[in-house]
Amino acid sequence: MSIFTAHSVAEPSSLSKTIGGIVVATYAVIAILPLVWILLTGFKTPTDSISYPPKIISEPSVEGYVNLFTTRSRQTPEFLASLPPPQTWYERLVRSRNMVIAGPSKVVPRFINSIVIGFGSTFLAVCLGTIAAYAFSRFRVPLADDLLFFILSTRMMPPIAVAIPIYLMFRNLGLTDTKLGMILLYTAVNVSLAVWLLKGFMDEIPREYEEAAMVDGYTRLQAFFKVVLPQATTGIAATAIFCLIFAWNEYAFAVLLTSGDAQTMPPFIPFIIGEGGQDWPAVAAATTLFFLPILLFTILLRRHLLRGITFGAVRK
Amino acid sequence: MSTLAERAVARTPRRLAFRLGGLSDRAIAWLFITPSVLLLLAINIFPLLWTIQLSFTNYRANRPNAALRYVGLDNYRDILSDPDVWHAMQATAHFVLWSIVLEMLLGFGLALLINRRFRGHSFWTTVILLPMMLSPAVVGNFWTFLLQPQIGLFNSAVALFTGADPSSFQMIGDVALAPWSIIMVDTWMWTPYVMLICLAGLRSIPDYIYEAAEVDRASPWRQFWSITLPMVMPFLMLAILFRAIENFKMFDMVNLLTSGGPGSTTEVASITLKREAFEKWRTGYSSALAIILFVTVFGAANIYVRALDRVKQR
Repeated sequence: MSIFTAHSVAEPSSLSKTIGGIVVATYAVIAILPLVWILLTGFKTPTDSISYPPKIISEPSVEGYVNLFTTRSRQTPEFLASLPPPQTWYERLVRSRNMVIAGPSKVVPRFINSIVIGFGSTFLAVCLGTIAAYAFSRFRVPLADDLLFFILSTRMMPPIAVAIPIYLMFRNLGLTDTKLGMILLYTAVNVSLAVWLLKGFMDEIPREYEEAAMVDGYTRLQAFFKVVLPQATTGIAATAIFCLIFAWNEYAFAVLLTSGDAQTMPPFIPFIIGEGGQDWPAVAAATTLFFLPILLFTILLRRHLLRGITFGAVRK
Repeated sequence: MSTLAERAVARTPRRLAFRLGGLSDRAIAWLFITPSVLLLLAINIFPLLWTIQLSFTNYRANRPNAALRYVGLDNYRDILSDPDVWHAMQATAHFVLWSIVLEMLLGFGLALLINRRFRGHSFWTTVILLPMMLSPAVVGNFWTFLLQPQIGLFNSAVALFTGADPSSFQMIGDVALAPWSIIMVDTWMWTPYVMLICLAGLRSIPDYIYEAAEVDRASPWRQFWSITLPMVMPFLMLAILFRAIENFKMFDMVNLLTSGGPGSTTEVASITLKREAFEKWRTGYSSALAIILFVTVFGAANIYVRALDRVKQR
């Protein structure tokens, strides 16, 4: 490269940069608007949330969050008057709507299910994927390309198409609506992504490192655990986050194979209902809480995003 | 498959110098690949084979004790002559085609602009990426709220710019608009995906090519058609491949946004499959449909991967 590179002809003019910036920022603002709207709706009262025309500014309220975490029942004013005064701020809020809190809602167990199934399947998929990727990366496996394509192709199957026999299989094995069943299922779906991504990361670690370690007296296994794994930490972490996001977001299997004990958040959220249809502030509150971890992960993953969404095909 | 792993092990070169104890390389390769392959066999391949078997029967999962009868290719014949299935295929094709066209135009356009590297471009890129990371089901669910006539944000926003009455149209309930509402939400969600891949393509083009073109006094227009587009093409093809496969089997977002309605206007293939399998409980019939869908996706993906290689070689 010449010394002119800094001012090369490929550098766009400042006017075209400004125009580009304005257009991109406009798109970004429009694209993010639905998400901002969800965030705002979570802090509206049910009445404000369905007002016509839609209210941009409204009295902030945490009623949506209170409704999300509780089940309530409507009572007569006489009954409410006979009750002792409310103990907590959220009881007071519910009382002001002529209702009493009947108990906690199912959102906490559902959230825990999402966490347990998400982390469980991610852990297994990454463990299996790491060792398989190492084998594909370091040993000459015959038909390796075919085997890798086979692994990838399992992910191309429409979930609903495999759901039928998996449903039957789970029914026979007693795995329907169990966390174990969902963990195994998501592990199987994620292992293909994990193998593909991790093979890319492993290929980038020079063989010489572990060979040097083995010359120094390490066995192959010791070299794998003490030399290769530490080198692959970033790749493993990025892969884990991708697996976690998949399990976190998955809906098709969850809605067909779980109904209660193992239900995760995505099939649960649409069924958060209040009196007369969906309780939109509570749905918005659940959606916001559900999206927050993803927001964090997206920021953490930025450098590896491209690799993850293309199964490692584009590395940059 | 274990024989494959064994052969894998057998051909692994013996690194005599490094076999100073512990497990041999063969054993390790065997040990490392088998668990993943076994899991995939149990949870992907075994169910696939089972689906193939069921597709030749009249089995109904809600009547497990009824007599099982093999019906040969009847299920396949019924599917191919079923107007509902053809309708679902058309709805799917419409959805796949238009969502890809819009995502390509918007995604490539945005990538071109972001590639100008204006100040703050990486911040805006992250903001744009967000919709793609979210759960399609939850996205579909909250878009039903945004698309409500009157109370929804979308109708009011359209009303603001066009002056139309916000209650005069409804995106989800209208036969003509519903197919476009699923395309719109999909485009909102997945344009960032195409953008990100195109951006990688643009950044892979070395500056000196443009410098050479500048020396030859090629116009910006000419530079775009002769350098930028051909060089980004493999990346664009890759994005098309992934989006086409994903949208062909689209279920979650559409199921929650329109659940196939109104009537069956947005009933894409996966929704038909769910209805046949888990509402009408025609397990045999829906297994055959599942196999047809899988073969279609798989075949398209295969052809496409080969086309992609050809583009890359050029």
